[in-house]
Amino acid sequence: MKGENFRSRIRSFTDRAVTVLAILATALVVTPLVVIFGYLIFKGASSLNLDFFTKIPKPEGESGGGMANAIVGSGVLLGLASAIGVPIGIGGGVFLAEFGRGTKLANSVRFTADVLNGVPSIVMGLAAYALIVSPHVNFLPFLGHFSAFSGGIALGIMMIPTVCRTTEEMLLMVPHAVREAALGLGVPNWRSVLSITLKTASPGIITGCMLAFARVAGETAPLLFTALGNSFMSTSLNQPIEALPLQIYVYALSPYDDQHRLAWAGALVLILLIVVAVSLVRYVTSRGVLKGAS
Amino acid sequence: MAPVPEIRISQPPIPREAKVNDERRLPAAPVVETSPIRQYLLSRGNSALADRIFHLLMVLCALSIFAIVGLIAWQLVMNSQLTWEKFGLGFFYKTFKNPITNEPLFWDPVNERFSALPFVYGTLVSSFLALLIAVPLGVGLAIFLTEMSPRALRGPLAFLTELLAAIPSVIYGLWAVFVLVPLLREYVNPLFVRVFGWTGFFSDDNPTGLGFFAGGVILSIMILPIISSLTREVMSAVPHSQREAVLALGATRWEMIRMGVLRNARIGIVGAIILGLGRALGETMAVTMVIGNTPEIHRSLLSNGSSMAAVIANEFTEAVSDMHRTALIEIGLALFIVTIIVNAFAQLLVWAVTRGTPSQAH
Repeated sequence: MKGENFRSRIRSFTDRAVTVLAILATALVVTPLVVIFGYLIFKGASSLNLDFFTKIPKPEGESGGGMANAIVGSGVLLGLASAIGVPIGIGGGVFLAEFGRGTKLANSVRFTADVLNGVPSIVMGLAAYALIVSPHVNFLPFLGHFSAFSGGIALGIMMIPTVCRTTEEMLLMVPHAVREAALGLGVPNWRSVLSITLKTASPGIITGCMLAFARVAGETAPLLFTALGNSFMSTSLNQPIEALPLQIYVYALSPYDDQHRLAWAGALVLILLIVVAVSLVRYVTSRGVLKGAS
Repeated sequence: MAPVPEIRISQPPIPREAKVNDERRLPAAPVVETSPIRQYLLSRGNSALADRIFHLLMVLCALSIFAIVGLIAWQLVMNSQLTWEKFGLGFFYKTFKNPITNEPLFWDPVNERFSALPFVYGTLVSSFLALLIAVPLGVGLAIFLTEMSPRALRGPLAFLTELLAAIPSVIYGLWAVFVLVPLLREYVNPLFVRVFGWTGFFSDDNPTGLGFFAGGVILSIMILPIISSLTREVMSAVPHSQREAVLALGATRWEMIRMGVLRNARIGIVGAIILGLGRALGETMAVTMVIGNTPEIHRSLLSNGSSMAAVIANEFTEAVSDMHRTALIEIGLALFIVTIIVNAFAQLLVWAVTRGTPSQAH
């Protein structure tokens, strides 16, 4: 049976070829990651110093200076964003997991959250501009101009879907027996949700919030025409404010080597923040009650 | 030991012969000595009301997600009225002529003539390029991770791709400006010009290394993790019995993957690819930094161009007139509608496959 033999050889050859291709694809995916990280750490670490954290930028062309204003600004923006995104997101997640399970409303909320997650960040920026920054909106003193307030709102809205979906996933991991035990003791439902279910799932929810936090920490597009940027130290919600990613963007495209150096250092700080958040999520979801979530 | 006092929480049962409307025969309400526990419970107030308020709050949080999407849509529509009234649907396909040189002109803020055509073109070309590169790699990675890789490699590799997904767009852009673009300029682009120059898609008239191709490459790196992690999710949702059945018929591993896994997961994989497309369409910063930002249409992939998101990022704060600003918002609105449709469609496809199984990817 020569034909049979030939065909089986082709089959095993194809099998091996596909294996090689899959390994090649994996290598090709891993390479840019390693290259990006390696280059970032190499460039960033060599430019990072104390001045980076304590000084504000020098005028263009002068060497030295740091990104203290951008770090403070990112802190202000992210604080505001978390104040908006975390409670609403957790509330939505509680609704999905505890009250609306299986209802039509819950399904459409989940679907909308996923769709909102896919809306480009630049569109969020446009919407925040139209809603808050646009000079036509001027019936309140903090509206009608570029401000930290508008940037924080844009980022906060972007946090909601992520927080909502992780909270739901984490709450679904909490065993039913825990809820039943609480209700059996005569604890009202709201109390049981707040201090039993949410508390059990809290490590997961906190890390979910951190993940959302880390994601919006790197967002630039929604800040371009809301927070705008500011070369001086500012903590006012009513004024334009600098943010790390904005500063990185501006400096990356500038012609000065010293600003490139600062951009790399800023990128390293951002990445470290994100790596810590992602690793924490993995660590938390690999143990305890929440094992397997996320 | 002190005697434990009897605790009565409910009233004693009404004797059976008592009728509801027969008031004379009802026993007088017994005087129950309120115990500390009962006092405590009564002091907590009406938990039914608190429950209802809590429920309402959570529903409001959930509904706010609808409100946000509605608000975004409303604001974008309201603020793009001006351009819509002037150009109508032609905004997306019309071209103008430069009165002096007679060359096609698309984007002329000074004379308030706007056409989004070059940006739509740039977005489509760069996203398509990104898919062309990312789909084979992403699906290959997913196949390797779910079906071939040793268990010890699986965790770290999944973690690495997760990290790739978490890197901010602006850092990809930074890396692309300083590493990828010089690399393309010095080595890759000349090679492509020499080998594929005859097709017209690669011409060597752009010495910067920026352009559609650079945008497509950086986009492909950015959407790879989404495609591969979702593909992995739908592939691991395929029941093991499918694989075993195909193997039992004497199939090789590849035949098992092809017939047992890919065939069952294909809808979900298409969903993953479309989700990646949705991300690519709206990606802003990295593309803005490498695409060149000129509102032109070229056949050559190595030419400068622009994309919908890039033009908004670039020009919005410096918009010279209300018409310019509303034109950019209308581009944003188009982006919003397209990404919502694309994402909703992809989400439905992915759900169709993974429904009922806990998500394991990310």
